[in-house]
Amino acid sequence: MQSVQLGFLDYTILAIYVAFVVGIGFALRRYMKSSSDFLTSGRSIPAWVTGLAFISANLGALELVGMAASGAKYGIATSHFYWVGAIPAMVFLAIFMMPFYYGSKARSVPEYLKMRFDERVRALNSIAFAVMTVFASGISMNALAKLLNQLLGWNYHLALWICSAVVLVYVLKGGLTSAIYTEVLQFFMIVLGFAPVVYLGLKDVGWWGSMNSTLQGVAQNPAALDLKEVGTHYGADAWTSAWKPLLGGPSANPMGVDLFAMVFGLGFVLSFGYWCTNFLVVQRAMAAKNMGAARRTPLIAAVPKMLFPALVIVPGMIAVALTAMPNKSYRIPPPILAAEVYSKGVASVKAAATMEPTEAFKTVSEAMGKKMNADKVAALVKDSGKLDDPSIKQGLYNAIAEYDYDGVILSLVKRYCPPGLLGLALTALLASFMSGMAGNVTAFNTVFTYDLYQAYLAPSKSDQHYFRVGQAITVVGILLSIACAYFASMYNNAMDIIQLVFGFVNAPLFATFLLGMFWARCTGTGAFLGLFGGITGSAVFHSLTLAAGNTPGVKGGYLHVMKTFPSEMAQNFWLASFAFIICLTLTLVISLATKRTKTNEELKGLVYSLTPKLKDEAAAWYLRPAPLGLVLLVGCVILNFIFR
Amino acid sequence: MGLDIRWPIGLMFSLIGSLLVIYGLVTGSNAEIYQRSLGLNVNLYWGLLLLVFGGWMLTMAWRGSQKPGGPETPDDGKSK
Repeated sequence: MQSVQLGFLDYTILAIYVAFVVGIGFALRRYMKSSSDFLTSGRSIPAWVTGLAFISANLGALELVGMAASGAKYGIATSHFYWVGAIPAMVFLAIFMMPFYYGSKARSVPEYLKMRFDERVRALNSIAFAVMTVFASGISMNALAKLLNQLLGWNYHLALWICSAVVLVYVLKGGLTSAIYTEVLQFFMIVLGFAPVVYLGLKDVGWWGSMNSTLQGVAQNPAALDLKEVGTHYGADAWTSAWKPLLGGPSANPMGVDLFAMVFGLGFVLSFGYWCTNFLVVQRAMAAKNMGAARRTPLIAAVPKMLFPALVIVPGMIAVALTAMPNKSYRIPPPILAAEVYSKGVASVKAAATMEPTEAFKTVSEAMGKKMNADKVAALVKDSGKLDDPSIKQGLYNAIAEYDYDGVILSLVKRYCPPGLLGLALTALLASFMSGMAGNVTAFNTVFTYDLYQAYLAPSKSDQHYFRVGQAITVVGILLSIACAYFASMYNNAMDIIQLVFGFVNAPLFATFLLGMFWARCTGTGAFLGLFGGITGSAVFHSLTLAAGNTPGVKGGYLHVMKTFPSEMAQNFWLASFAFIICLTLTLVISLATKRTKTNEELKGLVYSLTPKLKDEAAAWYLRPAPLGLVLLVGCVILNFIFR
Repeated sequence: MGLDIRWPIGLMFSLIGSLLVIYGLVTGSNAEIYQRSLGLNVNLYWGLLLLVFGGWMLTMAWRGSQKPGGPETPDDGKSK
């Protein structure tokens, strides 16, 4: 509960890392001569670099913090976000979509939409994307500042501004190239900084078998750890099997999700919407030096992505297992409370000693303002005469029956890392946030400069002008992200919010791309109205549905609660599926009802059937996307089977 | 573009690895520090691993610099 003191060595490691990322920015400064150098890297980077940057840019708050939180909440089923919700889409991107993105010479995803459809689609997509990136970045930064606040006792605001400043410096100096290069460095930092914590955690719980048998006990009575409401119980495999609890329906798995929502909502709509159309990741592949490298980028990225669950989900499971082992004296951290709340709590415990039990519990709960564990509070009140204030405080901390899942990762780092390794693990955390932040900022500045500023605000200026605007908007983007970070600080689980935002914007988008890339008859009007309808549809869906346990408001249902889903995740997946189907149907119908504005000749290189197939049979199999993709998919099926 | 990223990666991990190894050797006899890491001198072992990784990156970067213009080197002479 108290913050950890960093030693000299820990700060040195942190400083070395900061020096290197800033140094990379300065080293690349002299190559930044035009807007395309700054915003698109001049298409000059080899595949292994863009591939690792591709996956690293995706590592924001989502990965280390959010996925460990999900690992604790839902167990191994969180792997669906990888083996169902990522790999197939990444393979699809490489084989089918990269040829159009890269071959069309578009500088951004919205620009591709302009080439394929018209300005309206581009405008809608670029504005929605710009808003979304700023939000995603803000969520990531909020999580970072919160962690630094907890771990080091750093001031939240100071941490937020300093980390943003580091990212600002290296992105401003070296542009996209700098972001991509540092992302590769950050990728290795994250893996190498974090692996020992997972190793020590597994060793502590007695390796995989012992962890699993503990989690089986938890699954049958999650209320014992205050993980779920009293009376909730699952099959023994709820935390340790990915598929079996899912097949049992929403009430049989802690995610509260049904099979259709998981496979169609996450595995198809959300996943393909994110990986295949999100410029944040696609931009990395578009910066590759040639078509082969561009297509290999998502495939190279898919290899670490497939293995990441070991690094990010397992810690969450370790945390639950440790909490269930009484001799380990560990608990998943409760929500962070101010020191004054604890002082008030201690006083209330002392005052409660003379009260009858129900009254005593009520008094203590009110003082703490959180859900408390009745048995633990009763025991604490009974012993309060014999305990000193710090012990009562510790007792209160242990008795809080709520969890701050985002704190899981941090609590494990604190538990296992001696000085030295602590600095490394902390630097890894910082690296993951910085890579996500830099990814968002570089995608934002490119879309803003090329797709909004150059397209609508100030066309036909000199390239130097756009170069300077790109740099200026980098600063603005970071400031907007900081504003969003303060906004995000009002929420508890960042993951659910990100899914919601992606649901609004990305879910309908993939329908537009699917029809646009594979159906020449699809028209600009159809795409625009379809996309607009899809986004509106998701907002309406959100306003009419609610997840069980939530009150109408920002979580949905603010117009009228027509349908209640068993969990927020189910609500999000269904929202995405709904938006996708609306967009697909509208685009189809309106396209058939409107005239084509682009000829077959104009659509060459933009639509599958009108583009000559790429010939790569001469290349070695391991350089060709199709065989590589197949190998990855087979690997994915095997992993799903092992952890079924 | 100008810079082979394997140089900074290699340098950084060699540097951090060396620091951890030295610290691990110096503090190896101090059982209290390593109580947290379940009695393992993780600084020493993990530092060694980082050194090996950093060294490997540096070797790759050096080999890349020996054959400029090769198809798989990051600095393939395409910098404008």
